[in-house]
Amino acid sequence: MNRIDELFKKKSENILSIYFTAGFPSLEDTLPIMKAIEAAGADIIEVGVPYSDPIADGPTIQESNLVALNNGMSLRKLFDQLADMRKEVNLPVILMGYLNPVVQFGVEKFCQKCQEVGVDGLILPDLPMSQYLTEYKEIFDRYELRNTFLISPQTSEKRIREIDSHTDGFIYMVSSASITGAKAALSAEQLAYFERVRLMGLKNPRLIGFGISDNATFKTAASYSHGAIIGSAFINVLKSAEDQEKAVIEYIQGVINN
Amino acid sequence: MIRIDENGFYGKFGGAFIPEMLYPNIEELRENYLPIINSEEFQVEFRHLLKDYVGRPTPLFLAERLSEKYKAKIYLKREDLCHTGAHKVNNTVGQIILAKKLGKKRIIAETGAGQHGVATATVCALMGMDCTVYMGAVDMERQKPNVERMRILGAKVVPATSGSQTLKDATNEAMRQWINNPVDTHYIIGSVVGPHPYPEMVAKFQSVISEEIKAQLLEKEGRENPDMVIACVGGGSNAAGAFYHYYNEPSVRLIAVEAAGLGIFSGKSAATTSLGKLGILHGSRTLLMQTEDGQVVEPHSISAGLDYPGIGPVHAHLFDTGRGEFVAVEDEDAMVAGIELSRLEGIIPAIESAHAFSALNQLSYNPSDIIVINLSGRGDKDLETYIKWGNY
Repeated sequence: MNRIDELFKKKSENILSIYFTAGFPSLEDTLPIMKAIEAAGADIIEVGVPYSDPIADGPTIQESNLVALNNGMSLRKLFDQLADMRKEVNLPVILMGYLNPVVQFGVEKFCQKCQEVGVDGLILPDLPMSQYLTEYKEIFDRYELRNTFLISPQTSEKRIREIDSHTDGFIYMVSSASITGAKAALSAEQLAYFERVRLMGLKNPRLIGFGISDNATFKTAASYSHGAIIGSAFINVLKSAEDQEKAVIEYIQGVINN
Repeated sequence: MIRIDENGFYGKFGGAFIPEMLYPNIEELRENYLPIINSEEFQVEFRHLLKDYVGRPTPLFLAERLSEKYKAKIYLKREDLCHTGAHKVNNTVGQIILAKKLGKKRIIAETGAGQHGVATATVCALMGMDCTVYMGAVDMERQKPNVERMRILGAKVVPATSGSQTLKDATNEAMRQWINNPVDTHYIIGSVVGPHPYPEMVAKFQSVISEEIKAQLLEKEGRENPDMVIACVGGGSNAAGAFYHYYNEPSVRLIAVEAAGLGIFSGKSAATTSLGKLGILHGSRTLLMQTEDGQVVEPHSISAGLDYPGIGPVHAHLFDTGRGEFVAVEDEDAMVAGIELSRLEGIIPAIESAHAFSALNQLSYNPSDIIVINLSGRGDKDLETYIKWGNY
C-alpha cells in the first residue's frame, strides 16, 4: 500500500511534513537528513529537487536550490542517493520540484525511478491540473505515485472541489497569497480561509504550508487541518546547524511538542 | 495555419504551466482580455494613444542605398521612431489600458536591458499608476541610464538578486511578486512569452506593426505582401508583431534572426532554436536552452534584448513547422551591420535590430524581391557598446 494512504489511514491530526532541498547544505546530506527527520518524529519527508528558476519560492529556498545545484545535485544524482533509502527510511517520501527537470529526465523514466527507490508522491507546483489530467495522470497512476495539488486563499470553491476530485493523497493548502518563506504569525484572514476550507468537507486530507515555522504556527494550522508542512524554517535550521542530526531532531521535536 | 488553440497552445508549444497561486490571476486575464480589447471603447483609446502618444503609424521607408548594396528592394519599418525608441511601447500602451479596465491599481514588470521597463514606466506615468520594475542586479549595473530613466518617470526599480541576476531572474521575481499581490496588481510582460494568454495578447498589441506594413506597402507597391519580412528574436515580440498578419500568407517568407553571440556552439550564445530543447520556463512550454538535467542555461548576446534562454511559443511553432526561417547572427557581424546601416542610411539601430540587418548576408533572394526589415529600436541606448566595440 502507498505509504501516504497508509499514514492518513492511521493518523488524522497533527501530521508534520518536512521539506528540505536535496543536496543542501552539502551534496551527500540527503539521506542523513531524511533519517534525522524520521528519528525526530515527523510524518512525511518532502525532498526538494533543486531547479535554477523556482518561481514559487522565496529567498531561503531559492538560495538552497542554487547551493544544491552548485554542489552538483541533479535528478540522476538524487536517485542514486535514494537507491537504498527504503532500508533505512520508513516514512512516506514525496519529491517536490519544478516540471522542467522531470521533463528532461523523461516523465515515464522519472516515475519508474520513483517507484523503484520507494517514492510515494509528487508535488510539481508548475504542473497545472489540465495538463496533469491529459498527459501525466495515467503515468503517475501506473507507478503508484500520488500527485498533490496546491490551493491558495484565491482559489475558488469550484476549483477547490475540482482539485479535490482529482486528488488521491492530500491537498496542499498554501497559507496565504505568497511564495514560500517564514512569516511572523498567522493572521485572522488566514484562519478564516483555513476554516472556510475545513467546512467544505473535502474527501482528501489537507496539510497547510508556507509560513509555518514553529510550534505555535504548527499547532494553529493543524487545528484547522490534518497537519502542516515546514520548509524554509527547516532550511534555515540546516544552514546554521553545527551538529546537523542534533539540530534537526531538536528543531522538529520543538515544533511537535511543547 | 498558425493559430492558437483554446488552451493557449500553438501546436505543442505554449500553455499555462503556472503554480496554482497564479491560476486566479491568469484566469481573470484569460477570461477578460478578448472581450476588453475587442470592445470599441478599448480600441478607440488604444488607437488614439498609438497615434498621438506613440507617434504611429511609423514610416515604412525605402532604404535606397541599402537596397543598392544588397540588390533587392528593402523597406525599413521604423519602430525606432516610436516614443521611448522601440516597439516595446505598443504593448505597454495596450496592457496599461487593459489593466485599468480590470480595475488594477499597481503595475509590475520585468526588464532586461531596461527598454521594456522604460516603456512600462512611461505608460504608468501617463496613466498615474503605481509602477515597480524588477531588473537583474547585474543588468542594473550594466544599464544605468535606463535605470535612471525609469526612476525619473516615477517607477521603483527593484534589483533581482537571485540566480544569474539577469532577465530570466527579473522575470522570476516579477512572477513571485504577482503571486504575493494577486488582487490589485497587473503584471505587464514585455515579450511574447509567459503563460497563456500573454504570448497571444502581446502579439496582438504588437500586430499593429504588420497591419501598418500591409497598408503602407499597398500604397507604395500596389501589393500588401512583401516577399520577405525580417525581424530579430529574443523572446520575439517585435518579430511576432511584424509577422502577425503574414502568418497565413505562405508567399511571404518570415525570417527570424537569433543572436549567436560569440558563435552558436561557443557556449556564449542565445540561438535558442539551434541550442534549445523542449522545456518549460516562465509558464510556457517552448524551446529552451538548458543543461541535460533541465536546468536553465544563461544565454549570451552583445545585445541585452536578445539574451533570453527561451523563445516565445509561437516562434517555437514557426520553427517546428518550418513556416519561419531561422538565422543566427554573431555579435561581431551584428555590430558591423549596425555601423553599415548608420553609414548607408543615417540610422543608428539598436544592436538587437542590427542582427536583423546582418541576416541579409546569409539569405538568398531575387533582385526583384521586396524585403521588409523591422527596425525595432534605435541605437541611442547602445552607444556605450558601440564605443567599446570601437571599429568604426
